[in-house]
Amino acid sequence: MGDSQTKIRVLIAKAGLDGHDRGAKVVARALRDAGMEVIYTGLRQTPEMITEAALQEDVQVVGLSILSGAHMTLVPKVIKMLQTQGLTNVKLFLGGIIPDEDKSELTKLGVDGIFGPGTSTQLIIEDIRKACQ
Amino acid sequence: MPVTRSQAVLNGERLALTRTLSQVENNTPEGNQILEELFPHTGNAHLIGVTGAPGTGKSTLVNQLVFHYRHPPEETKLPTVAVVAVDPSSPFSGGALLGDRVRMQDLAGDPGVFVRSMASRGSLGGLASTTAGLVQVFDAAGFDIILIETVGAGQAEVEIASLAHTTIVVEAPGLGDEIQTFKAGILEIADILVVNKADKPGADNALRALRNMLSLAQPEKGVVMHHGKTMSVEQAPANNAESDQKWVPPVLPTTATNGDGVAELIEQITAHQQHLKTSGGWILREQARLKNEVGNLLQEALHKHWNSSIPPADYEKVLDQVVCRQISPRRAVEKLIKGAGL
Repeated sequence: MGDSQTKIRVLIAKAGLDGHDRGAKVVARALRDAGMEVIYTGLRQTPEMITEAALQEDVQVVGLSILSGAHMTLVPKVIKMLQTQGLTNVKLFLGGIIPDEDKSELTKLGVDGIFGPGTSTQLIIEDIRKACQ
Repeated sequence: MPVTRSQAVLNGERLALTRTLSQVENNTPEGNQILEELFPHTGNAHLIGVTGAPGTGKSTLVNQLVFHYRHPPEETKLPTVAVVAVDPSSPFSGGALLGDRVRMQDLAGDPGVFVRSMASRGSLGGLASTTAGLVQVFDAAGFDIILIETVGAGQAEVEIASLAHTTIVVEAPGLGDEIQTFKAGILEIADILVVNKADKPGADNALRALRNMLSLAQPEKGVVMHHGKTMSVEQAPANNAESDQKWVPPVLPTTATNGDGVAELIEQITAHQQHLKTSGGWILREQARLKNEVGNLLQEALHKHWNSSIPPADYEKVLDQVVCRQISPRRAVEKLIKGAGL
């Protein structure tokens, strides 16, 4: 008590219109159990909502779960909006169904990590910790 | 001259505001310095606490309250609204899942609203130890209304009453019989009682039980119904020094999922604020609020001071003596306080 304490704060959002949030919830739970503070936004978030939540919650990390195939539309928008808001330090991770051929372009745009199906939660935790050092 | 962080907060810059909230939440020296500079600018907002058991619909109700404040039926000056939503930290990992935003989707995109989630980080009273600090930052930043949502509270988490001007306790149908309403604790701190999920079976029973409880607790009304007849009851002497004692908490039904009853709730919140202002209760509550905060900070500072002045090895040694039943816990505390030179 009384000492300063800093926690890694992560926003987990379901971007776009698909309603499958099982994966997002598994990741949110794993990060919680790793001692992080996870803000869960729920389904059907627009890039505007995600950016606004990232700003209001002052998170270091945004994790987007996208299974709809709309990642090449949504992700560039989120990145641009985060920059416009001055949130240039926020790390962006993706989960869900992201085809291999899109990965290099997304990384070029500034995505810090992409976790496909079967990724261990331990790896996600470690990568987020590394990114926040 | 560059604009300082605290000036930027006063100017309403959102990035500066959110960074300041983090500094204050993390109790950093920089955060404390900014709080210092912001404090003279606080004291203008109406602080509204929302508490109640888990799953009674607090977040959904807060969503509706903010939405109604921002979309009033007639043209009035729109109040700006901040929300501080506290959820529990895990006692094992220290992590937290903050899910109150899930219920607050209607507030997205409104520049007059700012929602901040925070984890309780080991505090037990229903709030985090830095919640009061966050509220001060929002107050200084010019928000007219600040809603503070506690962690899902059971019976004894009553800290919100010493932070908020108006405390709303949210109940839901089916949470227990009338005896629960007689118990001390959370119901006592309510300025307004809400039975949410009023569309569910049992809502009438919950409303009746709470109204009965209040009619016994407010004997100055003097008249109760008994076997269909009205009977007057002798008045008990008032034992509450607070001059807003004549406020009788209203009991209101709401259905937060569709907004029923929320306009009436806002009317009562405004009425309570006016009552506090005209009765002098506002100033009394401000005094009690700040006294409580100073007390908390003093306790924290003393603990920190003690912690830094006792060698950890000495602490371990005394603990071992207690474990071996050589000295009692009370005797151990005496030794430890003496050892720290306090």
